[in-house]
Amino acid sequence: IMCASAKYNTRGPALIPRMKTKHRIYYITLFSIVLLGLIATGMFQFWPHSIESSSDWTIEKRSVHDVPVVKLPADSPIPERGDLSCRMHTCFDVYRCGFNPKNKIKVYIYSLKNYVDEYGTSVSNTISREYNELLTAISDSEFYTDDVNRACLFVPSIDVLNQNALRIKETAQALAQLSRWDRGTNHLLFNMLPGGPPDYNTALDVPRDRALLAGGGFSTWTYRQGYDVSIPVYSPLSGEVDLPERGPGPRRYFILSSQMALHPEYRSELEALQAENGESVLILDKCTNLSDGVPAVRKRCHKNQVFDYPQVLQESTFCVVVRGARLGQAVLSDVLQAGCVPVIIADSYILPFSEVLDWKRASVVIPEEKMPEMYSILQSVPQRQIEEMQRQARWFWEAYFRSMKAIALATLQIINDRIYPYAAISYEEWNDPPAVKWSSVSNPLFLPLIPPQSQGFTAIVLTYDRVESLFRVITEVSKVPSLSKLLVVWNNQNKNPPEDSLWPKIRVPLKVVRTAENKLSNRFFPYDEIETEAVLAIDDDIIMLTSDELQFGYEVWREFPDRLVGYPGRLHLWDHEMNKWKYESEWTNEVSMVLTGAAFYHKYFNYLYTYKMPGDIKNWVDAHMNCEDIAMNFLVANVTGKSVIKVTPRKKFKCPECTAIDGLSLDQTHMVERSECINKFASVFGTMPLKVVEHRADPVLYKDDFPEKLKSFPNIGSL
Amino acid sequence: MQTRKKYIFLTFLAAWLLLFSFGGDQLRRFAFFSGRKTEARRNWPRWTDRSLLKSFANPEELQSDGDPSLPSPRERRAARLNVYKNSRCRMETCFNFSRCEKHGFKVFTYPRERDQPLSESYSKILTSIERSRYYTPNPEEACLFILSIDTLDRDHLSSQYVWNVDEKIRGFPLWNGGRNHLIFNLYSGTWPNYTEDLGFDIGQAILAKASFYTQNFRPGFDISIPLFSKDHPQRGGERGWLYQDSVPPKKKYLLVFKGKRYLTGIGSGTRNALHHIHNGKDIVSLTTCKHGKDWEKHKDTRCDKDNVNYEKFDYQELLHNSTFCIVPRGRRLGSFRFLEALQAACIPVLLSDGWELPFAEAIDWGKAVIVGNEKLLLQIPSIVRCIHPERVLAFQQQTQFLWDAYFSSVDKIVHTTLEIIKDRLLPHRSRSRFLWNVLPGGLLALPEFSTHLGDFPFYHLQRGSSPSEKFTAFIRVISPSGSLSQPLLRLIQAVSGSQFCAQILVLWSCEKPPPPSGKWPQTSVPLNIIQGRGKVRGAGLSDRFFPYAAIRTDAVLSLDEHTSLSTSEVDFAFVVWRSFPERIVGFPARSHFWDPEQRRWGYTSKWTNELSIVLTAAAFYHRYYHSLFTGYLPAGLRELADGLAACEDILMNVLVAAVTKLPPIKVTQRKQHKENVPQQVGCKEGSAETPPAGEQSPSPQRSPPAKVKGTAGGRRFSQQQDCLNQLVDWFGYMPLVSSQLRLDPVLYKDQVSVLRKKYARLERP
Repeated sequence: IMCASAKYNTRGPALIPRMKTKHRIYYITLFSIVLLGLIATGMFQFWPHSIESSSDWTIEKRSVHDVPVVKLPADSPIPERGDLSCRMHTCFDVYRCGFNPKNKIKVYIYSLKNYVDEYGTSVSNTISREYNELLTAISDSEFYTDDVNRACLFVPSIDVLNQNALRIKETAQALAQLSRWDRGTNHLLFNMLPGGPPDYNTALDVPRDRALLAGGGFSTWTYRQGYDVSIPVYSPLSGEVDLPERGPGPRRYFILSSQMALHPEYRSELEALQAENGESVLILDKCTNLSDGVPAVRKRCHKNQVFDYPQVLQESTFCVVVRGARLGQAVLSDVLQAGCVPVIIADSYILPFSEVLDWKRASVVIPEEKMPEMYSILQSVPQRQIEEMQRQARWFWEAYFRSMKAIALATLQIINDRIYPYAAISYEEWNDPPAVKWSSVSNPLFLPLIPPQSQGFTAIVLTYDRVESLFRVITEVSKVPSLSKLLVVWNNQNKNPPEDSLWPKIRVPLKVVRTAENKLSNRFFPYDEIETEAVLAIDDDIIMLTSDELQFGYEVWREFPDRLVGYPGRLHLWDHEMNKWKYESEWTNEVSMVLTGAAFYHKYFNYLYTYKMPGDIKNWVDAHMNCEDIAMNFLVANVTGKSVIKVTPRKKFKCPECTAIDGLSLDQTHMVERSECINKFASVFGTMPLKVVEHRADPVLYKDDFPEKLKSFPNIGSL
Repeated sequence: MQTRKKYIFLTFLAAWLLLFSFGGDQLRRFAFFSGRKTEARRNWPRWTDRSLLKSFANPEELQSDGDPSLPSPRERRAARLNVYKNSRCRMETCFNFSRCEKHGFKVFTYPRERDQPLSESYSKILTSIERSRYYTPNPEEACLFILSIDTLDRDHLSSQYVWNVDEKIRGFPLWNGGRNHLIFNLYSGTWPNYTEDLGFDIGQAILAKASFYTQNFRPGFDISIPLFSKDHPQRGGERGWLYQDSVPPKKKYLLVFKGKRYLTGIGSGTRNALHHIHNGKDIVSLTTCKHGKDWEKHKDTRCDKDNVNYEKFDYQELLHNSTFCIVPRGRRLGSFRFLEALQAACIPVLLSDGWELPFAEAIDWGKAVIVGNEKLLLQIPSIVRCIHPERVLAFQQQTQFLWDAYFSSVDKIVHTTLEIIKDRLLPHRSRSRFLWNVLPGGLLALPEFSTHLGDFPFYHLQRGSSPSEKFTAFIRVISPSGSLSQPLLRLIQAVSGSQFCAQILVLWSCEKPPPPSGKWPQTSVPLNIIQGRGKVRGAGLSDRFFPYAAIRTDAVLSLDEHTSLSTSEVDFAFVVWRSFPERIVGFPARSHFWDPEQRRWGYTSKWTNELSIVLTAAAFYHRYYHSLFTGYLPAGLRELADGLAACEDILMNVLVAAVTKLPPIKVTQRKQHKENVPQQVGCKEGSAETPPAGEQSPSPQRSPPAKVKGTAGGRRFSQQQDCLNQLVDWFGYMPLVSSQLRLDPVLYKDQVSVLRKKYARLERP
């Protein structure tokens, strides 16, 4: 079975076979022209005939009144009432959904019919604007299928958004005669205004058997957790009024109530709050003496003062959302749109999409009985949190309340997440506003683990042809007690590595990997030979590091396994004249990078470098034969949000006898190139992830007046 | 080449022409079937009159949703109380919130009766509660009640089943229909159908039960707990088994199961099918028929072969070496296997339909387990194969975090249960789901401190924020003279000279009143004096970690009056702290070690190559730790710290290490060639012996230092060792972590010009 996941290669960088490109392109073009022609012809010739069976779908110019009429006999079956014990594993048929690589459910929509009773009277109103929008959204979405046989979820086109507009028994009969009804299994109904006088049930009263209900006013007693979906009551004002987002911060009123038909008891409690706290509480009501033509729904009044609704909501920090006859209130949507923090006073109400949305981050829920304490409760919310809640409220509206499309897709996604839980959308994706998603990091090595010392580290030496120097490095590094393996990456394709007998004899396994191409990224490939977590990347000319220094570096890495821990420190600076980043190799008081010419890091970052490097950085580095170390610094800092650790005072790394060997010198062009790399990477990452610090790590007793022989790491060189 | 090209081209051309000329029915039908996929989808129609459609409700109806004929809210709430009882209980109908208002969240356990034997697990639960900061011996104060009757095992075939519970409960005057009671249960029901019946009427009590079935679960009221064995440790608990993060996971097996196969009865459906996915290579699924007395009666053809295979593998070995572990339902929905796999970092693949997962109200299980479907067992191999290696790594780490935060001991399980209930009492002062599911976890993130994530030291990276740029210097003064000493004045000058200092607070813990404000030095930052609360609460050294409202910056620089620091030391340490806001960053360090001779932990102030404690006589840390110290630790532990010399220091370090699992950070300190300050006699007897904060003179000591005996200093050390050992006992493990490094300025003691160095003053002798 094919996975959706990207397979990755564990063998090593492979040489891509050269293709006979010229011929290929020719054949492909030829094929496609012919094929396209065939398809076009086929469509042109046969299209109108082939879809006779479902012609009612394709004729675009059609009115909702112009749909087939279906007569419901008086004795046609009625579904059972909703089954309160339904759960996904009991009432839902998962076999219909199947395993597919995309992990997406398929949703089918029944075509629109006009149901009439025996006397020819319509059972319900024509489809509402909102329900039509909802079905259009589903139909345009990735979830949609037009093939009833492949569907996992069925959405009737019978509009039950508002129970007030329904003839309950007949609607139920209409549902029961749907072609795949089967006791409502895998059927999804959308309802926003449930119940009706006198008892105002909190779930749709239409008998619906096993059908799932996406309802806008569930109470904890009617909501079948993990089966139903709680949705908002859509506010059509959202589409009509454009309220630009207002920056978070203090507002004119602290608490505002804008609902019109509040129960007198609630109203008197609110008024008591106002009497106590004065101007900062504003309680609005319906306007009584509006001139004709002004829509009452767009105005609110306090005494004789008239306010525009919903604009007035933006004037307050908190906005009260009290239950009415029903639990779900459309005003919640308006309040969120205004970026006002909702104060929800509706005991036992299941908040919209509460299965995935963390309402504690966007609202304050207060029990009805605690209404008199509302003011003090709200005052205890820290100011910085209020600001975050305001942003969060607006984000919830934009993502999940704004349109019927948003509501429909969130509902389907929730159901999708239940059926494919291993591919579900995460808490962060549901709840974090884009600004937070952008600025936050999620460290892939988040667990605070100090890897056991016994594991040791693998040293990787990238080399081309400096055999003599390489052998010296190997000999030096092999003296480090925690070294567990040495890997030489032989990057020279024109020359064979020295014979086995010529290599230095060392106490740990030494492996030579030959690469297919001379690329810098070969240094960072996650070779299978690397069996330890810790990797020491070391250049073939770094011979001055003492065994103590290296061992200490490894110990530091163990305390910071998610960072680059290295010896040569570098800094990036903002060049105010040139308005861009600049690379700095002077000995300064600050460090933001360590070069991978001598650095410890986690093997995981090899995996990231090879497979997850953003943009074209990896190829760019290979093409320029430079800056692989800077790229690694960017990558690690970007994914962890943490700084590097420079260890020990060592700052000089080029030995006098090996300076003149190749072109990677310290001259001016080199610095310019390195600066260019920083600017290039910063633009690809879209940010500057490097963190500047002023510290380095030394052994606890470094330079302390203490007998050297008692120090764990006495031989720490200077500069 | 040329000819081949030509031929192909011609063939296609011919085919094209053929299709053009033939328009017959046969081809039409052919096209209908084959062209099905390329056809445009039959979408929901774009109705011509869609813009004329009416809204689902008129605006009036939406905005004034009221009905004057309805009963008043108060009546409605009263009526609700009678309807929603027992199986329909919710917090608002079955729980008396008013009991919790006056004294806060206090838990009472019924006195244990002598003739009532308790199972090991239940007495551990009761002990956990009695040791917790919520415990009250006074039922009048209590918000929540816990029975002394062991209700863990309600399988009436079990020897631990307690009979006549109903009768006993009715005799309790506090029972009150079960209101505000919490009942723990691990096993309910029995063979053959294992209904979740407890055998007595729990009334309106909250049920904390293992293997909860969603349909019986009262959402927002009951709590699902994990099944744990009687050997589950009381406190501390074993750590998880993940020692290294590797991608791809270097485990021998992909998916394993080893367990019983039920031949009949409930749960056999799933267990009978498990052998199908066994491939003998990376998927090992072994079942045995051997269980119960009469298994041979139901034995089928597979049994003998299966039983042989079963013996070839060791359960522990599989657990250690597999990436995923199948956790199927047993007779009941939950199993020991769940926690075992979690601890082993073997990602649980659940096959237990309808199981309300443990603490699902708080824990986001989607990040740590694969919730499979019993019906779709055969899909499991492909599902787990398709999970990206980096997600596998994230799952593994999350299992370890959850195990360690909520499950590794009975204490943690009980506390998680209590905190979930407590969060319901004050929804506006409760933890968001985020806090529960991110390190260090909900138990260590107190909503009483703040509900704003940025106020905690832990979440800056995840939120893209950073800690505040100023610190509060907090100096504790206990000298009896009543006047200001020279070192103190110097300290105030040095600290106030830091550009990062926001204010100086002096905690005056002396009987004598502090000198009048005129006597204090003039500083560029506000200097305020707090009167110690010592008098109010008895001698309390841990007073210095009280969350004083006057501390408003994230960073606290905790100081003693004898501490000697320079401005550049303070500046450097603060800059370092900003990189490690969750740790203690400071100057004088100590270390702990295991003393194999005495079989106890030792504590030393000698110079060593390692450190695990940074003294709070000169250290930066986050102000949240004041709240955690005072709000999280039970009063008994703080009293213990008060009773021993310099123990509060160790306690603070142990606490922070328990939270972060990381060592503190030592920064470099200018060497001081001053004679040790003579031991100060505290203003309150026996309470004020604190070691001088400077580095002590060197005395070579590599591993366990020789035991110090006799001297006054020796007594203090033995007290500190006692303190350390008692804390380890209380925590159940040794939380301290050692570090081998010290952070110095980048150019520290380098042979470069002093002018280049930002912290040159640090190097002056």
